[in-house]
Amino acid sequence: MFRELNMRQDESLEGGRCSLDRRSFLKCAVASGAALGMGEIAHPATGVSAASAQPAQDDTRFVVEARFYQKLDNRKIKCKLCPRECTVGDKERGYCGVRENRGGVYYSLVHSRVCAAHVDPIEKKPLFHYLPGTVAFSMATAGCNVNCKFCQNWDISQSRPEQIPAEYAPPQRIAALAKQYNCPTIAYTYSEPVVFIEFLMDTADAGHEAGVRSIVVSNGYIQEEALRAAYGKMDAVKIDLKSFSESYYKQVVTGQLKPVLDTLVNLRKMGKWTEIVYLVVPTLNDSDEEFRGLAQWVKANLGVDTPLHFTQFHPQYLMKNLPITPVPTLERAKAIADAEGLHYVYIGNVPGHPAQNTYCPKCKKLLVERVGFTASNMLIKKSACPFCQHPIPGVWHV
Amino acid sequence: MSLMNKMHTTGRRDFLKSAVSGAAFLGVVSGRELAVQAQQAAGPDKSRVVVARDAQLRGAGSTVEAGRMLALLDRAMQALCGRDHALEAWKMLVRPGESVGLKVNALGGRGISTNLQLVEAICERLQQAGIKAGDIVVWDRDTAELEHAGFHPAEGGNRVQCFGTDRVDYEDELAAWGSVGSRLSKILTQRTNVLINLPVLKDHDGAGVTIGLKNMYGVIHNPNKYHPNGCDPYVADLNMLPEIRTRLRLTICDATTAMYEGGPAFKPEHSWRYNGLIVSQDPVALDFTGWQTIERKRAENGLKTLDAEQRAPRYIATAADREHRLGTCDPHRILTVEA
Repeated sequence: MFRELNMRQDESLEGGRCSLDRRSFLKCAVASGAALGMGEIAHPATGVSAASAQPAQDDTRFVVEARFYQKLDNRKIKCKLCPRECTVGDKERGYCGVRENRGGVYYSLVHSRVCAAHVDPIEKKPLFHYLPGTVAFSMATAGCNVNCKFCQNWDISQSRPEQIPAEYAPPQRIAALAKQYNCPTIAYTYSEPVVFIEFLMDTADAGHEAGVRSIVVSNGYIQEEALRAAYGKMDAVKIDLKSFSESYYKQVVTGQLKPVLDTLVNLRKMGKWTEIVYLVVPTLNDSDEEFRGLAQWVKANLGVDTPLHFTQFHPQYLMKNLPITPVPTLERAKAIADAEGLHYVYIGNVPGHPAQNTYCPKCKKLLVERVGFTASNMLIKKSACPFCQHPIPGVWHV
Repeated sequence: MSLMNKMHTTGRRDFLKSAVSGAAFLGVVSGRELAVQAQQAAGPDKSRVVVARDAQLRGAGSTVEAGRMLALLDRAMQALCGRDHALEAWKMLVRPGESVGLKVNALGGRGISTNLQLVEAICERLQQAGIKAGDIVVWDRDTAELEHAGFHPAEGGNRVQCFGTDRVDYEDELAAWGSVGSRLSKILTQRTNVLINLPVLKDHDGAGVTIGLKNMYGVIHNPNKYHPNGCDPYVADLNMLPEIRTRLRLTICDATTAMYEGGPAFKPEHSWRYNGLIVSQDPVALDFTGWQTIERKRAENGLKTLDAEQRAPRYIATAADREHRLGTCDPHRILTVEA
């Protein structure tokens, strides 16, 4: 049985989801897995609740040589996957915790090592201009290359792979499961797909061979060569732009802003459909100046048709001292971005808010109505407004 | 006699009983008071660091001789606590009924992990001081790594316990201080109320050195997150966690084999037989002393200082600063005793 291991939230999304502590989460995972009755690729290790000790997982079948690194003297390596460029000594791991130097060769420990899998609405990613109303076979491995203090999925993103239960699910199996569950897409999400990039690339290939597309939900903290090689295989991309200030990236994210902006520009050049999510954290990244600077940058570098989602923060992980983002703050952010001329500015994590719908920027008529994570009414025809024929950018039909 | 077959045994129920009775006993003399008593033996305003060495520790061979190790440990403990007999020293540090965790460092395999004979010697003295065998846990993060380092895993029964956190998992809830937010090993939080830290002495390519303070990275689930910036301030912040700070009673650094370059993985070409132990109740003073030992060896071998290589272990000074006050790294406030 391929159990649904996890009731996961995509990064920055919480609206309409139950907030689970670790124990409840595990109960939920087991129960939902039984309900779904998925698959046939169980691993004995996953029969044990993660609340108790985990038997050692068979490491070898998850280990593949990493694709983006440079060998150095004295059995050291330099990782070339993300801008952090960890120099890793023998028997040590990089910052992500899922890549290990073994005798001067760098390995990914998470190929086919799926710790969370779920069939999600595409709107939950959120991708609003990409196959609305469809579902994505969504999955993750352990690990992340940053450490956001508000992470919703910290128990997998900030863990080492051997610390959490996982299934052996090779690329062809993922593609087959996606087809089995009528998912036109596979979504790499929940933790940070940058750190399982070899698995992502192989699965995207397997999916495309089987007629299943791929999308990625990522922090965009990746070097250009890896971006082009891996995200070049994606059919759509959602980037979590955590803030528009370097100091926030340094203090709250443990990363850098500039490489993420570079990623967005490169995705644009690559012609990838890209949407941006900005999690608004009260007092930390919610100033008018930041919202305006962000909107101006998007307009100048990506174009006014790039969807921008302002989403509501909920206290989590190491940031439990701040309140939920007030809805008026999100509305202020949207008003500023609208005023700067962006056409598709959304508010997320606020169920029922009218700003989660898509409107024609020309005639202002409602084109896609969303309820929760479902597109309940989709009127766009041939990528255009049916009322005024104004083109509506996106990928609207399978 | 091996570590795992000389101990008399205690069942789980007895273990729990003894933990309860131990807690009651602590109502009379607390663990912290015990630690203070021992520290006062060093003098009121200085941290005592004992450096005990034995050139004949390995006899004519390459393996540490158990008898000589026990004698070396005894000398170190007597010097640390100012007592004529080692057992008196141990009784200043632990009380019957307490559960003692021996946090070893097994990352370096057989080349440079905490010495087995040292661990056996400590277990022997702890039991003589009244600690039940089943109340002693020899541990690190991973059971397989312990095995590779030469330890024999043992779980249950009236014998010294030996296993990794992989057998019991980490706490569900985060423990946080400063820059650190981590899940702690349940061995630390649920199986022990006294922590004796048994690190090794070695160079570290990122942190400068890894000795006692950094050995606590083996207590948490996410050590990879705390290597940037030479592990500063992460090492100091981690050692501030109450679950660690209130349990830590003693650090015995195994410097039988040490490394002055190329760490943390074992590099025989950069290791030397120091044949010593460095012992203190002040974890910062101990790390500072160990760092200086490594610097001297680097100089002997014509290597630059760690500072010149821009990897001086700044976290040691951070651990001593006003925010942390985990100990001192001021040489004028460290009394180094050679035993």
